[in-house]
Amino acid sequence: MGMWVLLIVLLCVSARAVDRSNFKTCEQSAFCKRQKELKPGQSPYRALLDTLELSDSRITLQLINDNNKVRLLLELYRLQGNMTRVKINELKPLKPRYEVPDVLISDPFTETLSVVSQDENSLVLSLGGKDQRLIVSAQPFRLDIVEGPQVLVSLNSRGLLAFEHLRARKDTISHKISSTVGSMWDSLKKEEDKPGMWEETFKSHTDSKPNGPSSISLDFSLPGVEHVYGIPEHADTLKLKNTDGSDPYRLYNLDVFQYELHNPMALYGAVPVLISHSTDRTMGIFWLNAAETWVDISSNTMMFGKILDFVQVSSEAPQTDVRWISESGIIDVFIMLGPKPADVFTQYASLTGTQSFPPLTALAYHQCRWNYNDQEDVKSVDQGFDEHDIPYDFIWLDIEHADGKRYFTWDPSKFPQPKEMLQGLMDKRRKLVAIVDPHIRVDSGYKIHNEILSKNFYVKNKDGGDYEGWCWPGNSGYPDFTNPEMRAWWASKFAYEQYEGSMENQYVWNDMNEPSVFNGPEVTMHKDALHGGWEHRDVHNLYGLYVQKATADGLVERSGGVERPFVLTRAFFAGSQRYGAVWTGDNAAEWGHLKISIPMCLSLGLAGISFCGADVGGFFKHPSAELLVRWYQAGAYQPFFRAHAHIDTPRREPWLFGPENTALIREAIRQRYALLPYWYQLFYNAHRTGYPVMRPLWVEYPDDVATFSIEDEYLIGKDLLVHPVTDEGATAVTAYLPGKGEVWYDVHTFQKHDGEQSLYIPVTMSSIPVFQRGGSIICRKDRVRRSSSCMENDPYTLYAALNSQGSAEGELYIDDFHTFNFEKAKQFVHRHLSFSANTLSSRNLAPDSQFSTASWIEKIVIIGGSQPSSATLKNADGTESALEFEFDSTLAVLTLRKPGVNAAADWTVILR
Amino acid sequence: MTCVHLLLTLVFAVSLGTPVEIQRPRGVPLTKKQFYVENKPFTCLDGSRAIPFDRVNDDYCDCKDGSDEPGTAACPNGSFHCTNAGYRPMFIPSSRINDGICDCCDTTDEYNSGAKCENTCKELGRKEREVLQKMAEITKEGFLLKQHLIEEAKKGQQEKKSKVTDMQGNKKQLDEKVEVLRTVKETAEQPEKEAKERHLKAWEEQKAAIRLEKDKAKMAEAFLFLTDDEDGLLSLCISVSVSELQSHAELDADADGTLTETEAQGLMGGAEQVDTSTFESVWPNIKDKYHSESQPEEPAPVETPPDEVKEPVVVNDSEPYPEDDISEEEDEDDEDEDDYHEDDDKAPPTIKAPEKSHEDEEAMPPYDADTQALIDAAQKARDDFEEAEKALREMDDQIRNIEKELSFDFGPDAEFTYLYSQCYELTTSEYIYRLCPFNRISQKPKYGGSETNLGTWGSWSGPENNKYLLMKYEHGTGCWQGPNRSTTVKLTCGKETVVTSTSEPSRCEYLMEFTTPAVCQEPANTDLSPHDHEEL
Repeated sequence: MGMWVLLIVLLCVSARAVDRSNFKTCEQSAFCKRQKELKPGQSPYRALLDTLELSDSRITLQLINDNNKVRLLLELYRLQGNMTRVKINELKPLKPRYEVPDVLISDPFTETLSVVSQDENSLVLSLGGKDQRLIVSAQPFRLDIVEGPQVLVSLNSRGLLAFEHLRARKDTISHKISSTVGSMWDSLKKEEDKPGMWEETFKSHTDSKPNGPSSISLDFSLPGVEHVYGIPEHADTLKLKNTDGSDPYRLYNLDVFQYELHNPMALYGAVPVLISHSTDRTMGIFWLNAAETWVDISSNTMMFGKILDFVQVSSEAPQTDVRWISESGIIDVFIMLGPKPADVFTQYASLTGTQSFPPLTALAYHQCRWNYNDQEDVKSVDQGFDEHDIPYDFIWLDIEHADGKRYFTWDPSKFPQPKEMLQGLMDKRRKLVAIVDPHIRVDSGYKIHNEILSKNFYVKNKDGGDYEGWCWPGNSGYPDFTNPEMRAWWASKFAYEQYEGSMENQYVWNDMNEPSVFNGPEVTMHKDALHGGWEHRDVHNLYGLYVQKATADGLVERSGGVERPFVLTRAFFAGSQRYGAVWTGDNAAEWGHLKISIPMCLSLGLAGISFCGADVGGFFKHPSAELLVRWYQAGAYQPFFRAHAHIDTPRREPWLFGPENTALIREAIRQRYALLPYWYQLFYNAHRTGYPVMRPLWVEYPDDVATFSIEDEYLIGKDLLVHPVTDEGATAVTAYLPGKGEVWYDVHTFQKHDGEQSLYIPVTMSSIPVFQRGGSIICRKDRVRRSSSCMENDPYTLYAALNSQGSAEGELYIDDFHTFNFEKAKQFVHRHLSFSANTLSSRNLAPDSQFSTASWIEKIVIIGGSQPSSATLKNADGTESALEFEFDSTLAVLTLRKPGVNAAADWTVILR
Repeated sequence: MTCVHLLLTLVFAVSLGTPVEIQRPRGVPLTKKQFYVENKPFTCLDGSRAIPFDRVNDDYCDCKDGSDEPGTAACPNGSFHCTNAGYRPMFIPSSRINDGICDCCDTTDEYNSGAKCENTCKELGRKEREVLQKMAEITKEGFLLKQHLIEEAKKGQQEKKSKVTDMQGNKKQLDEKVEVLRTVKETAEQPEKEAKERHLKAWEEQKAAIRLEKDKAKMAEAFLFLTDDEDGLLSLCISVSVSELQSHAELDADADGTLTETEAQGLMGGAEQVDTSTFESVWPNIKDKYHSESQPEEPAPVETPPDEVKEPVVVNDSEPYPEDDISEEEDEDDEDEDDYHEDDDKAPPTIKAPEKSHEDEEAMPPYDADTQALIDAAQKARDDFEEAEKALREMDDQIRNIEKELSFDFGPDAEFTYLYSQCYELTTSEYIYRLCPFNRISQKPKYGGSETNLGTWGSWSGPENNKYLLMKYEHGTGCWQGPNRSTTVKLTCGKETVVTSTSEPSRCEYLMEFTTPAVCQEPANTDLSPHDHEEL
């Protein structure tokens, strides 16, 4: 037994204490190396225009590779909402190639593609209005999407389309092929086997590759584009870097121990969505492929610079080239044509869905640690928050809570009475998250394992046996989450009667779902492992999404479909936004990691995943008090707000750093709670539209070139600008306030600043530079209590910040904060608030919805206003009453005392 | 809906069945009642402004200090007072008013939230009184025990101090005794040494005579062989040449395997040739290494000197063992014999066996009776001296130990003295924890495995007003990638001295709870009457 434990520890430790060399470079990944050997030039592919077939929804035609005569089938779709889909597969593959299921929310709606003209070497198709055309060139094959005279995007313009067709192993072919098919044999013979086509070894791990080479590649040219974003997850800048001379950005979900900053290495999740932006247009490329993928980015901006503004030679305009390379599957790419940032978000949301609408409590503060040791510990931490008057909603339990890392169970000595513990939290209107990871301890005494075994739900190894690997519990099996029956079974395990000791205020966290396999190649699953008929190679980046989906489904089911789920995941893919929140994994208590949390979450937001956060304080290592305080201040203004710490670090609950720091942390968390109505409304909008909650400045100021590379500040919605302090010993920050003619107000002092300027802001330890946009109305709940549930019926204060025209508008969204009734029964309040011409009014945005709230309007603060002689409140029933007010003339802040109207009512306030 | 309510409330403070009516705004403690006068403008308690009285508790925050809303949650920094009749009154932050959670046992904080709270003050009061009573009993008894401990400790300390004084006196005597015995020993050793030397010298001379004779015979033999070799005749010029010596590689001085001409010349004192007379001066240079050439050809001669029997043993040994040492050892007198065996453990045992047999052959004759008597006398003096010296050392140790003990901070009244050199154990499901106060703490797996040091005594580390409430043990076994283990021991008043719990709140930082009468405070008042109701 002792040895057993020791062995596990050694294995875990050695496998987790890895460095960069444990992960492949492109050079070490055989298909990437092969593909990178192909240089831009004349494409061997030719479109056979005479094979054109046109139907209502699509056109198809064949492509031929003149070198090996292998034919491909090209499908072109015009999709509703200004998108074009391009699919390329082998015309007659030896066996089917993997097409990613379950990511698109439905078959996209198509629109008619019509042929505008056709000649020997080209085909021109209409993409609808605005002179948008899709031009197919036959030799060499190339696609261009143009709008009028302007080329928006070209495909295969650099000739990097490469499609490794499936083939039989040569040694087996030579016996079977008869001389009668000699000519075909000749052409095949020309294609020599290259290293790594049929077997590949990396660090003692051999990939058997029974299907041989299968990689695909395609290049995209974006004329006029200097800025591209997205393709999370990387610990890198918001604006993607030129990868000439370095490795391409890699998308391959991996458990990377102590990841490094500013490099293109793969991390825990992958969303193959790239957004391009220029003052002219915002576009997106969605490469729907779940296999290992590399993205090369090359731009020629550096060479030309600003001279181009005066030289109208289109061929020399700045251009960014993007090349996608994937190990298997097919080419299935969606070109989202914008033209505005919001259009791209709508387009992508129409394909993969929007952010799930979390219960309000999930947007509050989360207290986590690996590990809260036992029930007593949970209780005393809970009490600690009350003793220090710090709000929190969730306490989290990491892997040590389970009995021998057998998820769905409780350690009998540390957590003998989980329900008692959960009830204690419920009495305080608080919640708990317990971890459930997808690796299952191989143990004949473990019910979950036995059931999976008897239902044959485990992933198989290449020889057909159950795949086993090492993870936290030691030897573990990995359920096949790609199997819908397996997912249904998994979901059923969250039923209260199945998951013993669980209660309705317990939610779930899926970690290690890349999947992490301590003794596997690159700490993940062998690519030749089998998910039914498909290789792990094909589905790898999708595994984590399925785990979170199955878990979220389980939480919905256990409540009879009533309650909104909350599930946090580390691994993710395109579409993961539909199932919950993600965090940026195992970061470290370093200033650099605090800084990078902003571009990392911004990139995720651009790729549809709004509910993002980083471990506050940093997971590894021990933060200084200053770093911890700064991280709370930054985290309070990021979507997912959770403190977390490694088991080997000293305790760091907010009150352990002296009374001054406790007060600073308390204040940061209180600011979060006061703003919860705004966060909630933004998440409702994200759920409705797909707009990110946390946005780069350029999303709202697409014409302001100065914003394009900013990543040390960002917008929450469009009305709050946040520039957290992320430097040690900082005495000032310089924030860029965007927008010509815009005004911004410091939310703490109400000081007014003009837009389109860099503002020097002196800071102290208590400073969190946040600005409200003039022209906005933000609703807050200033009565901060010990958890968000306690604030449910509290009144709102409206902060109307006036623009230079003296007007402002905003929204207020209210529902029961935790069920699907807003959707199923239209039970919600959605108000439009506007102030103009000295009249503030609340108008119903959803007349067909119904919800009654106890909340009312306690105060209205008009920032940048002037002193009226009277203020009159007009109720919906026509009654009028005078409102008392105060006016601060130095700051021009008018405070209306206690309107007292219900938050759901129609009302007007008139200033005279 | 608006929350306009409760400008004034009647608070019914119920105490032991006697209702008392006190009129004041909700949430105001009795001590501040005078600031809230009905129908008179209310001045915020910070003096910042005055407001009409109907704005007190009107669910809107008018005062920056929150004093206008003692009974609502409107002010972010306000506080609410609950009377909690039957239990103890308390203040809660205003944010806990009507938040759906019962904070005040008299339920007054949840007057409009729908939370179903029950008045638990009586029950809490009863329980608290029980606990207090129990605590008081424990404290009382504990304090008595503590007094006893203090007495004991003081007595013990006194005893130890006087013991040290006594011992220091004794030590002086012992010091003197040691010095006397040293002189006695030295005096006895001088004649012993001289007698032994005499005896040895006589034996040496005898040995030398025998050796000289043997040597001469050997030299003659060698000279004959060497000359015989070269010339093949007994000529007039009987001599040994350099080249003849060169054929004897065993004489090679730099051990490079060959005896060079220069080396051979060196052995021969620089001469090219030597005759019998001069060979006598060459012989000492070569005799130790010289191999008789006849030897390998002849069956081992009976008279072969022990030197040469031993030689192959040495040569065959894989470890180089300088021959010089051996011959020196033989030549050494026997006085040093014992020292040699004690000191030199490195000598390979294989060498010792033949050496022994050789010694037996040439054993020193026994001492004569006079010498033996001197030796016996000296030995007795030595034994006496050593015994006295040992006694002195032991006494020094004892004094040091007592002084060390006396140097510990055992509390203001030495009440923790009794813990010294004691150990207390706690067995949990997995481990046995062992606290040895002022020494160390350890953890041992219950079912086998090695002990882990959780820290050695560092210091008292309680709060400034009473540092004797916490003990800190530091620098225990290091943690993987982490700090060295350390333990904080929290001391609470108890009748017994026991470890009541251990935990590891943070990785490798342990917390141990320990009860002892030594921290029991003097009961403030022996009167254990039920808790006073401050509100009434």
